[in-house]
Amino acid sequence: MGVLPWVAWYAFRRHTAYPLGLAAEAVTNTAFGFMRAWILVALWRERPALGGYDVADAVTFCFLTQALIGPVQIFGGMELTRRIRDGDVAIDLYRPVGLQGWWLADDLGRAAGALLLRGGLPPAVGALVFPLRLPGPSGAAAFAVSLVLAVVVGFGLRYLVALAVFWLHDDRGPAAVALVMSLFFSGMILPLVAFPGLLGEVARALPWAALVQVPADVFLGKRTGADLAAALAFQAGWAAVLLAAGRLLTAAARRRLVVHGG
Amino acid sequence: MGDGAPPGHGLGVRVYALLAWTWLRAAAQYPVSMLLLALATAVVSALDMVAIMLMFAHATRIAGYTAPEVLFLYGTSTLSFAVADVLLGTAERLGRHIRMGTLDTMLVRPVSPLIQIATEDFSPRRLGKLLPGIAVLALVPPRLEADWTPGRVAMVPVLVASGVAIFAGLWVLTASVQFWLIEGHGATKAVTYGGAFLTQYPPTVFARDFVRGVTFAVPLAFVNWQPALYVLDRPDPLGLPAAFRFASPLVALLLCAPAAAAWRTGLRRYRSTGS
Repeated sequence: MGVLPWVAWYAFRRHTAYPLGLAAEAVTNTAFGFMRAWILVALWRERPALGGYDVADAVTFCFLTQALIGPVQIFGGMELTRRIRDGDVAIDLYRPVGLQGWWLADDLGRAAGALLLRGGLPPAVGALVFPLRLPGPSGAAAFAVSLVLAVVVGFGLRYLVALAVFWLHDDRGPAAVALVMSLFFSGMILPLVAFPGLLGEVARALPWAALVQVPADVFLGKRTGADLAAALAFQAGWAAVLLAAGRLLTAAARRRLVVHGG
Repeated sequence: MGDGAPPGHGLGVRVYALLAWTWLRAAAQYPVSMLLLALATAVVSALDMVAIMLMFAHATRIAGYTAPEVLFLYGTSTLSFAVADVLLGTAERLGRHIRMGTLDTMLVRPVSPLIQIATEDFSPRRLGKLLPGIAVLALVPPRLEADWTPGRVAMVPVLVASGVAIFAGLWVLTASVQFWLIEGHGATKAVTYGGAFLTQYPPTVFARDFVRGVTFAVPLAFVNWQPALYVLDRPDPLGLPAAFRFASPLVALLLCAPAAAAWRTGLRRYRSTGS
């Protein structure tokens, strides 16, 4: 340990070094929040209790997802990708800490910066126009845990995509597939509660649900008591599976890189 | 060329085609990757359509519009945006070029920097964006309950062409903003990508003041809303005169002129990094 908190801290500093750029992103997230909110209001006007949400839930969901875009990095991508392609990853592998732990710490720092500079504006402006639903203190605490788990799951997924570069030399193919999955199955495009039948059940069981839908449900107080524990366990379970897979792949990549270097 | 004499119109198109072709041939060196990326891009662009169809699994009408009507808006908006994006979308990288100093390299070449930026990385991947719009516009219009008079039929290509011109103007205008605000890219995406998203849905979905804003301030309503009101024979939620439904080509012209002026002014003002 020891060094990892510093890695996270410096990542936080690095990713907050240009606050204007992040604030500009938040403006776009807010604009999309409004457009999506009006669309959901129109849908919920036709079907007032769709998926167990009321209009206030749907609108809150919408601004919340826009706030989460930055922290869970829904559009994918990771600095590690470029380092693998350039060969800079060899330096990362020299380090006396594991590659995965290093980049997880880096990503947690990045996510904290994104939450701070990109997360606040969409819900704050949204609340001026729409009645948003806010959790109580215990709900907020549960949401904080859920949010951290969401960031870890997001990291787990993106780390696997990044490591694919060791074998494919190009991340654009897997990144494109990952983008489709994470936009559609996270609830970003449409809340997963509005997915009909079997599609909805499958979507709610996949790891991408842990990125947006589950934290949003926790925020809205849809999951309480034993159900809340199940929601957090769902996220933690996927985080564990993805991190374990990342660990295996890291070991394989380490051997692969040595082969590559002759 | 601090703007200098812009190349003649015909020459500009030829240079554009030549540079785009060069980038295409470069991408074609990896055919499998190229094809997969084009398909993946098409799927990403089609996700919004899937969302619309999922919403109509729950309701027959949303904000008074039926599924084929909303899909008609989606098709026209997506196709217009995709064409403009294919042609000019990479102009949004201007801020990065200014920061990295690579804009200076472009300025010493005898080709307009706008053409150079717009053709950069021109890959078939971009062409994948065209697929969903083309597919929807091929399938949906026959299912509309519109009375297909010759005027309405003729309006569809006019609508798409004006939409392309309006989005093209917005790409150049929002890119020009980066001459003044290098960090502005994140926020101007609300106009470009946001505009593309907005016009996929009927105007009746949104708040009236907002619709007023995207009619008179940023003329997104003329991408497809106004002409579509004519095609679908719908009342205007703002109660604007019927002439607005035919104004899209004029609005496109009125937008592209200041966009070109903004680009030239920005380029003239540019003093390289460190200014």
